[in-house]
Amino acid sequence: MEFLTQIIIAGIVIGSIYSLVALGFTLIYKSTGIVNFAQGELLLVGAYVCLHLTVSYQIPFIFSFLITLIFMFFFGFLIERVFLRRMIGEPIISIIMLTIGLSSLLKSIVQIIWGTDTRTFPKIFSHEPVKIGFLNISMVYIFALISIAIFLGIFSYFFKTTKTGVAMRAVASDQQAALSMGIDVRRIFALSWAIAAIVSTVGGVLLGNINGINTSLSQFGLKVFPVVILGGLDSIIGAIVGGIIIGVLENIVGGYIDPLVGGGAKEVFPFVAMIIILLIKPYGLFGTVKVEKV
Amino acid sequence: MLSIKNIEVVYNDVILVLKGLSLEVQEGNIVCLLGSNGAGKTTTLKAISGLLRPDNGDITDGEILFMGTRIDRKDAAEIVKMGIFQVMEGRRVFKDLTVEENLIAGGYTRTKGEISEGIEKVYTYFPRLKERRKQLAGYMSGGEQQMLAIGRSLMAKPKLILMDEPSLGLSPLLVKEIFKIIKQLNEIEKTSILLVEQNANMALSFSHRGYIMENGRIVLDGDRDYLLANDDVKEFYLGVSSGKKSFRDVKHYRRRKRWLS
Repeated sequence: MEFLTQIIIAGIVIGSIYSLVALGFTLIYKSTGIVNFAQGELLLVGAYVCLHLTVSYQIPFIFSFLITLIFMFFFGFLIERVFLRRMIGEPIISIIMLTIGLSSLLKSIVQIIWGTDTRTFPKIFSHEPVKIGFLNISMVYIFALISIAIFLGIFSYFFKTTKTGVAMRAVASDQQAALSMGIDVRRIFALSWAIAAIVSTVGGVLLGNINGINTSLSQFGLKVFPVVILGGLDSIIGAIVGGIIIGVLENIVGGYIDPLVGGGAKEVFPFVAMIIILLIKPYGLFGTVKVEKV
Repeated sequence: MLSIKNIEVVYNDVILVLKGLSLEVQEGNIVCLLGSNGAGKTTTLKAISGLLRPDNGDITDGEILFMGTRIDRKDAAEIVKMGIFQVMEGRRVFKDLTVEENLIAGGYTRTKGEISEGIEKVYTYFPRLKERRKQLAGYMSGGEQQMLAIGRSLMAKPKLILMDEPSLGLSPLLVKEIFKIIKQLNEIEKTSILLVEQNANMALSFSHRGYIMENGRIVLDGDRDYLLANDDVKEFYLGVSSGKKSFRDVKHYRRRKRWLS
């Protein structure tokens, strides 16, 4: 019983990181229609920048984290400006190819600058787990859960009440109508990329604190696909719920099936789940079902 | 306040839709633009509001002036800021946003204070929207959605509203209500309105002036009473026809030729 609870808690933490990264993915997909294959590399860049600031410049973690977020905001902005702005109106397949190219490019740049060895954040949180009832939870997990909750809170406030947030949802809902009310659609596109870069970075930094950082961290970007397929590609709530479900299930599979088959089931499981979901519920739990009237 | 001079609009570099169209909207007027399907009415509105580009359309000749400034090269956001707002055909409310969020989106070009002021004003015109402020716009009836679309336009405090078929798909009673509101907006808010309609009878009776277009050109224009009394308008647009007719008389193109001269 205790084993199961521990697994579930770890699953929730990893799952909520999935949620955060998937939120960025969904945001870009919803407002610009672009499937972003470079999501995992945004996460990678963010994690390394934060690590670099903390290790090389000895900046206290919280500040380097905040500086990284600001840096990544502009980094996302810049990517949209330089690469994607001129692709507006081009066929969607070219744009997807561009994001795939971008992902290789970013990954290579990271490898050139920081190498391929696994590196770890300096010890920020004490390794002594916190005891809550009969549960032992490590500090990193608690920090992760709190910061994700804060970010999700900020974003739901932003999308619900601010003018820009509402405008972003308006663009996602009907681009031309949004254009007709003077909403600067290109600015909204850039903002989506900036926010996507930020949420990925939060994910990357948290993961880096849990497992250490190397370039295979960008694989995490691919795990986003099962999450968004489960939640529904164009649903923000779906991204959040889907992330947690996949995270928990993945960890349960890792805990109970991996010992039987000798490992590896955990990594494969999300994609097996993705295929099953596509077969039985192609629009996901919360996705928009496109019904054509004939 | 708005004058269109001889514009030509081409889609995809090949399809010529507007062939030298000219039109004027005087300050404080309701002007209607009538015509059959495919005449180019919506294209005209999009040319004014800068929404042609997403449709691959382009103004290749002529100019559009608004309050003395050329606007045919400006993009949609600037044009909205200058005071022109298009209420698009088919209402186009943001379905997964609530009523109030739709209004906020409409006031995108305005400051925070102006937005909350605007929302209150919209609610006085449309009390029904206030009752449903937290409801998703997609779940509202067609009439309510049209009210929301019009309310949304008010949020931007426009000097000129371009309305594309506000009566589309509404019951006759609702059409009347919508037109009454349009009239009110014109009288109370002093907003000029350029109205595109299929419902010629209703549109003309609420307008100060009217233009009739066919095949990308204006073929007839005049004030309301002149148009309502015109025999051709009566027959082709108002559906009034007197006595027995021989087949020869109903051949449309003969009369159209006279307009084109």
